[in-house]
Amino acid sequence: MEKEKHHIVPYKVYFYILIALITLTFMSIGITKINLGGYSVLGALVFSTIKSVLVLTWFMHLKFDQPFLRFMVGFVALLFFAIIFITFLDYYYR
Amino acid sequence: MENATQHSDPHYDQEASKLGMWLFIFTELLLFGGLFLVYSIYRFLNPEAFRLAGEELNLTIGAINTIILLVSSMTIAMSTSSLQKKNKGLTIFLLEVTIMLALIFLINKYFEWGVKFDHGIWPGSQHLINDMSKGEILFFGLYFVMTGLHALHIIVGMIIIIVALNKVQKGIVNENRPSLLENAGLYWHLVDLIWIFLFPLFYLIH
Repeated sequence: MEKEKHHIVPYKVYFYILIALITLTFMSIGITKINLGGYSVLGALVFSTIKSVLVLTWFMHLKFDQPFLRFMVGFVALLFFAIIFITFLDYYYR
Repeated sequence: MENATQHSDPHYDQEASKLGMWLFIFTELLLFGGLFLVYSIYRFLNPEAFRLAGEELNLTIGAINTIILLVSSMTIAMSTSSLQKKNKGLTIFLLEVTIMLALIFLINKYFEWGVKFDHGIWPGSQHLINDMSKGEILFFGLYFVMTGLHALHIIVGMIIIIVALNKVQKGIVNENRPSLLENAGLYWHLVDLIWIFLFPLFYLIH
């Protein structure tokens, strides 16, 4: 356990992740250029969510950390979505 | 003489410092989360005003800043790898690149805000209050608060990275004690993470 606990991520993995992130950025700009009405913000947010998962998993090392950290991050994300969802239920049905 | 050979570090727990950093990151996420909540409600209530006001923002500068932050996230992530590979020189170089990119981000932000100020747009400005609708005032208020708070995090992040860089140079942060650098990296990725959502919500409204 002492020796195995630190995984060294190769430089090229980080580079590939960067390329993916930049590509997704341009895709999110592209999707908002197309007129999709209310769905364009949704599209952009989907790309942002994919980007944030990449950052959390690779850049922030969650892939190599203990599972409880991933669980906690998931819990915080869920808490945030619950807050958004419940607040919108209130505003939408007023 | 005996003291010099003895390992005198009182207590070092890498997992615990990582957990502590993550708990702090959660509070930061929820701090910005609150602002995102306010943003989404006001946008829901004032869709047309938000669209109009969003067109005032410069998409090119926003996109350039996004790429700058993404690259800087990569360089600091690489620096943690190079520290583990005992390549001190490369670690220091990558951290210097990260700090430079952060500085460029702030310079872009300075010019971006400067253009807004030239157009008479700042929180509480006469132009904003007299000529704009309530929704537009809300949009620009949120724009300045959220990008401003984010820029403040960039400045704090730079300070933390400079401290980490200094300690790497002195050898206090090394492959056996990498926590400070790793936590600085986590903080920097948090700043990146927030921008990933700020960018489409402010710059990509059509």
